[in-house]
Amino acid sequence: MSTLLEVRKLSVSFSGRTVVHDISFSIAAGEKLALVGESGSGKTVTALSLLRLAGDAVLGGEAWFDGRDLVSMPERALRGVRGQDIAMVFQEPMSALNPLMTVGAQIAEVVALKNGMTQKQAGLMAIKLMAETGILEPERRFHSYPHQLSGGQRQRAMIAAALACQPKLLLADEPTTALDVTLRGQILELLERLQKERGMAVLMITHDLNLVRKFAGRVIVMERGHVVEQGPTDEVFARPQHAYTRNLLASRPERDVVSVAPTHDTAQAVLSASSLRVSYPTPLPGIRGWFKHGEYVAVHNADFDLQAGQTLGVIGESGSGKTTLALAVLGLIPFQGQLSVSERQWKGVSAQDKTLRRSIQVVFQDPFSALSPRMTVEEIVGEGLDVHESKLTLLERRERVIAALLDVGLGKDGVVEMGHLLGRYPHEFSGGQRQRLAIARALIVQPQILVLDEPTSALDVTVQKQVLQLLQRLQREKALSFLLITHDVDVIRAMAHQVMVMKQGEVVEFGPVDAVLNRPNHSYTRILVNSAG
Amino acid sequence: MSNSIEAITVTPGESPGRRAWRRFKRNRLGWWSLVLFCVLVGVSLLAEVISNDRPLLVRYNGDLYVPLVKDYPETNFGGDFETNTDYLDPFIRERLREPGNWAIFAPNPYGYKTLNYFAKQPNPSGPTRDNWLGTDDRGRDLLAQLIYGFRVSVLFALALTFTGTVLGVITGAIQGFFGGKTDLAFQRFIEVWSAMPELYLLIIFSAVFAPSLALLLVLLSLFGWMGLSDYVRAEFLRNRQLDYVRAARSMGVSNWHIITRHLLPNSLTPVVTFLPFRMSGAILALTSLDFLGLGVPPGTPSLGELLSQGKNNIDAWWISLFTFAVLVVTLMLLTFMGDALRDALDPRKAHA
Repeated sequence: MSTLLEVRKLSVSFSGRTVVHDISFSIAAGEKLALVGESGSGKTVTALSLLRLAGDAVLGGEAWFDGRDLVSMPERALRGVRGQDIAMVFQEPMSALNPLMTVGAQIAEVVALKNGMTQKQAGLMAIKLMAETGILEPERRFHSYPHQLSGGQRQRAMIAAALACQPKLLLADEPTTALDVTLRGQILELLERLQKERGMAVLMITHDLNLVRKFAGRVIVMERGHVVEQGPTDEVFARPQHAYTRNLLASRPERDVVSVAPTHDTAQAVLSASSLRVSYPTPLPGIRGWFKHGEYVAVHNADFDLQAGQTLGVIGESGSGKTTLALAVLGLIPFQGQLSVSERQWKGVSAQDKTLRRSIQVVFQDPFSALSPRMTVEEIVGEGLDVHESKLTLLERRERVIAALLDVGLGKDGVVEMGHLLGRYPHEFSGGQRQRLAIARALIVQPQILVLDEPTSALDVTVQKQVLQLLQRLQREKALSFLLITHDVDVIRAMAHQVMVMKQGEVVEFGPVDAVLNRPNHSYTRILVNSAG
Repeated sequence: MSNSIEAITVTPGESPGRRAWRRFKRNRLGWWSLVLFCVLVGVSLLAEVISNDRPLLVRYNGDLYVPLVKDYPETNFGGDFETNTDYLDPFIRERLREPGNWAIFAPNPYGYKTLNYFAKQPNPSGPTRDNWLGTDDRGRDLLAQLIYGFRVSVLFALALTFTGTVLGVITGAIQGFFGGKTDLAFQRFIEVWSAMPELYLLIIFSAVFAPSLALLLVLLSLFGWMGLSDYVRAEFLRNRQLDYVRAARSMGVSNWHIITRHLLPNSLTPVVTFLPFRMSGAILALTSLDFLGLGVPPGTPSLGELLSQGKNNIDAWWISLFTFAVLVVTLMLLTFMGDALRDALDPRKAHA
């Protein structure tokens, strides 16, 4: 195989800050290569720099493509390379397509521009490309706007546009991350098929190791702007040489929870719901909408129990109603049906039932919006005490805050370090540390139940494992019950005792974790489990 | 650990506010604009010492007088009348120069109302050694008018910005936090209210009531809060569905505490960003109303009134030129400050 792209000592820096340090690698024609790393490792910047699309970055080194250096090539010549020889597919198809142009027109535009065809020929070519990328009814979809397509269809349209001029190299930047798990497999298959049929090389940028294992023949591992390891995928996965690669490979969450005999005794349920139903008002069109609202049912009659000291995993895709369920359980939105926490009924949202509020706390997904940016650690973590134990003295309060921080593995026993930690603001912490702060804030009021809404999905895999281990330890030590909401089967496998599978607001399957994941009854559960690999 | 808790001193980290301040200071144009503006305002607050037709201190026939704060009849200094002393009178000047007597005059010996009856030039007079920037068509010193006029403008703008901001934040917070019907009703009210013809109301009110700065402040405040209220409302709507507010709610934190501790501090970015621009807007509003004759009562030093004089005496170039220069410098300093502030608070540059 001939070498298609040869990158030698490529470095990228933004206003003096170097984010990619002298990396070298090569891609052979028709090869499937994966670039792996956690967020901030410089993998996306590397790909963008190959086409010099990385904003005001300063590039160093060389990148030889077809006997030409992409780094030093004049801008005009580079424009010929973009799209023609090297094409790119982005992570977020909604923002990568122009919302005011039909999908077909956008693809045809690229075709006409690069191949010098007439409008009509380009249109026919676009329809052919759309058919090739698996868009059903391409003639009709040609006239659709991006918002009229589903996420998977949009990603297919993006790929069709990228293929318009038979590129020799396709840069795919996290092409499946924004999609639901059931669609990921399909897009991956599509890329694989196109790669084989057209014999083009694909550089896949991803943080998902499952994806790498399935797709790539060779893998490059990046850490903080350095290439730490590269080689054939099988070899790297079987015998990782670098500590970081080993760490990454070992980041799959492990099960380490108290095992419990399956029980149907509802007497010890700390949280139970029967015929729980949540709906949102939707506007109706026309004059009718002035007088009444439509109804969108986010959760249909859900029945479930959460036993003391156990974890109930709720799994489903985006839009399945699982976060709505969490908000209802927290008493933050109105609902119908019965919902009781330790035998106490939620009575409406406005009821300020302090005992109830205290017994159920929450940890959210996004560690960046979960902490008020203008409060110090001590204020954030201690806030629950102001509400529920306002009689504490300043010193007692501080003692409790420190205990909670030590519980979640933040801070050391030193007086100086602790003093420094208490006065800091959220922006000084990493994602994993922020999530620990959020857990400390929830734990300080000593709740029985913790609602975990995708607690690790915004974190890097290695950090995800640490946070899950922390949660497992806390459950063992404090006999906490978790309501764990996630889209990740691996997380469920590691954490849950009971599983509830949701689809479009309906609970499609509910039962012990082994039974549901190993012998799924519902076809949807089967797809979920299979796509997780 | 528990016995060492008392030993802990909390070292405060860098708060977002202080970080923004540090970034603001790094913008040299904005920072020096702020310094210069503060100096100018500080100087104008001492206008009585800098530009005054009364001497600051007088020693006359062995007695000390403080004309700066006290009125003395002319007879005190050997004059004929019981009226207040005109210290520009050559006769009085002479008496004050007699051996043993002395007087400390302000660097610019004219107040903003002072009519120099002993001027050597006809009015309006161009820049001379007596009147450094010339006089207006009534013979009042231009420099004195500019100093006092600047002070009135800035103080008025500060007051107007303050009331407008407070009103805007309160109304925006109410709409954004409670949302739903409250928001809907308030929005419709704002639409109706903003459709009122502000200028006509000002004309009508200035005909009905005696014109005064306070009346102007009230009238302009009634209409000045709406723009800001929209921004605060949008920030509240955005922030109230963020996870930290949800977490506080599920903790059982009261509405009042959610507003004051969580939402308000995090929703003030647009408010702070707009402060300098609101200031310059207020200065401009006062100036244009004065120019039209609808602003401050006659006899109040005012940049707008000077501009209108400049228009009426087009050959007296110094009136328009110097007034224009003061306005341009003031507004430009505020704009530079606003630019720097906006950059400092830009969330996209937050990592720097």
